[in-house]
Amino acid sequence: MNAPFLSIRNLGVAFTGGTRPVRAVNDVSLDVAQGEAVALIGESGSGKSVTMRAIMRLNPEKRTKLQGSIELGGRDILKMTPREMSSLRGAQAAMIFQEPLLALDPVYSLGDQIVETIRRHEPISRDAARARALELFERVRIPSAKSRLDNYPHEMSGGMRQRAMIALALSCRPKLLLADEPTTALDATVQIQVLLLLRELQRDLGLSIIFVTHDIGAAVEVADRIAVMYAGQIVEQATARELIRTPRHPYTLGLLKSRADGAMVKGERLEAIPGAPPDLANLPQGCPFAPRCFLADADCTKGAVQMQQIGATHQARCLRLAQTLEPQTAI
Amino acid sequence: MFGYTLRRIIYTAPVLLGVAVVCFALVHISPGDPLISILPADASVDLQNRLRVLYGFDRSYPEQFILWLGRALQGDLGTSIATGRPVTTEVMRAVANTLMLAAVATFIGFVLGCFFGFVAGYFSNSPLDKAASAAAVFGVSVPHYWLGMVLVIIFSAQLGWLPAAGAGPGGSSQWKFDMVHLSYMVLPALTMSVIPMGIIARTVRALVAEILAQEFVIGLRARGLSEFGVFLHVVKNAAPTALAVMGVQLGYLLGGSILIETVFSWPGTGMLLNSAIFQRDLPLLQGTILVLALFFVVLNLAVDVLQSALDPRIKR
Repeated sequence: MNAPFLSIRNLGVAFTGGTRPVRAVNDVSLDVAQGEAVALIGESGSGKSVTMRAIMRLNPEKRTKLQGSIELGGRDILKMTPREMSSLRGAQAAMIFQEPLLALDPVYSLGDQIVETIRRHEPISRDAARARALELFERVRIPSAKSRLDNYPHEMSGGMRQRAMIALALSCRPKLLLADEPTTALDATVQIQVLLLLRELQRDLGLSIIFVTHDIGAAVEVADRIAVMYAGQIVEQATARELIRTPRHPYTLGLLKSRADGAMVKGERLEAIPGAPPDLANLPQGCPFAPRCFLADADCTKGAVQMQQIGATHQARCLRLAQTLEPQTAI
Repeated sequence: MFGYTLRRIIYTAPVLLGVAVVCFALVHISPGDPLISILPADASVDLQNRLRVLYGFDRSYPEQFILWLGRALQGDLGTSIATGRPVTTEVMRAVANTLMLAAVATFIGFVLGCFFGFVAGYFSNSPLDKAASAAAVFGVSVPHYWLGMVLVIIFSAQLGWLPAAGAGPGGSSQWKFDMVHLSYMVLPALTMSVIPMGIIARTVRALVAEILAQEFVIGLRARGLSEFGVFLHVVKNAAPTALAVMGVQLGYLLGGSILIETVFSWPGTGMLLNSAIFQRDLPLLQGTILVLALFFVVLNLAVDVLQSALDPRIKR
């Protein structure tokens, strides 16, 4: 693996303004190579989206404290001026949102929004930009692309809107695509189509993708590597295959067990992780998962747990890794 | 777009008919015989009956209505009892004066209201917002006839900069576009603009704050748009509602603020209505209300069409 295209080091994101700061992301380090797809999975509030937005610096500037470094193509994003930042957004790194109906401006047609984005970053004529918009619509396989360009977001179906959103994100040929739960708002058949499309575009265009989801199936479908987040930390990361076959962190184990699968008998109870995630304004000492962990003992609550290297491509943030060695997989 | 406009125009027909019925009924609903105000107190029964036939009051209501409507459609709203002049002429002159005043007042109110509203919405909960919101609340709640009098005391009586009353020198009610006539408009227009300013500022503040909280604003930033680029999107999103509110405000002001026109002796519909009511000049009252209602309907139609042109979601 050559030098990573995106390199996040010890990222911390805290929201100030309340009575005490909410530490949404703590000590996250993540590398994404050129052309690699990484999935961030975890439950709601685990800091996945906040991490994504930190990469684009889209969290409200005044109330957000960022720590660590985020290097994209060798330049530290956290040290950029607002002007440099806005010329990076959309051009080098682009974002796809969970609900395109909310993330697209309702009173501009999709064609106009794409043209506007292209012309923001490149000095080309309106006609040329529109021609590229049409190409993009065809690329993401929107039927009768030409007339669809004049559609407003509310005039399209959910799957079509997400395709349009992808076309918009790709309009300035970014190298990094941040997909924030791109399939959560879609129904199951459309989800698969959109996932396959993302996978295909990623291969053809050599995109690096960070893909946030809480759907493990979707993550496996798209990602080369998976990172599991809990309470603002990455608790385990590995290649998709390793993570599914030999999960090592107790939280990952719980997550995989709590999935419904085809082998379940009617009436069988779904296994769930007991308890609830910690309050991010009031994080416990030591491992944040300890209060819910079936392996936790006194050591786990003493101090911050560091990332442990398990294999060449497998890391987990746990002191009890020896006890999770035996196969406990859900699949 | 064309189909929508056409449909909207057709929808106004029943409203217009309703307006006509109400205006017509005014004469008959109001207490007392409609002839009382023109007849001398000691008029003979014979004279009463002759006048009743002359004015057509002896016919059935539907018959009277059709005759009245037919004349109204041809632009004949009858004759003012008090002045003996055709109602149409009187009303049109007053409407022209009021329209001018209302348009200028709404324009001032819209510009200031949008400015305060955008500032307050963009910096919501900051001291700037508090100041702008306070100005808006002042605009909505200050009694405007009182404000008018205070302005007259300051700028006419004390400083002597601007005329205190009327629409032109020598009590002329014929409007002309020159500096002298404009100077007569400044105080009433400013006073009148305070109401739409307050309402528009509050609406725009709420709109802007709501739009800025929506996810698409993050989406726009994520595409690399500058703060100014985002601002343009916010404006276009806020425009339909802001314009609708402005249209309604213009409609209200067209009704002529009776109080403001009375304070400034502005020869508009408000003053006309005022005198028509006091003199029991029923044809004049009827005609004025009919014309104003027509304006209101047309204005709403224009706002609806404009709104649908700006916001694609409204068209169906």
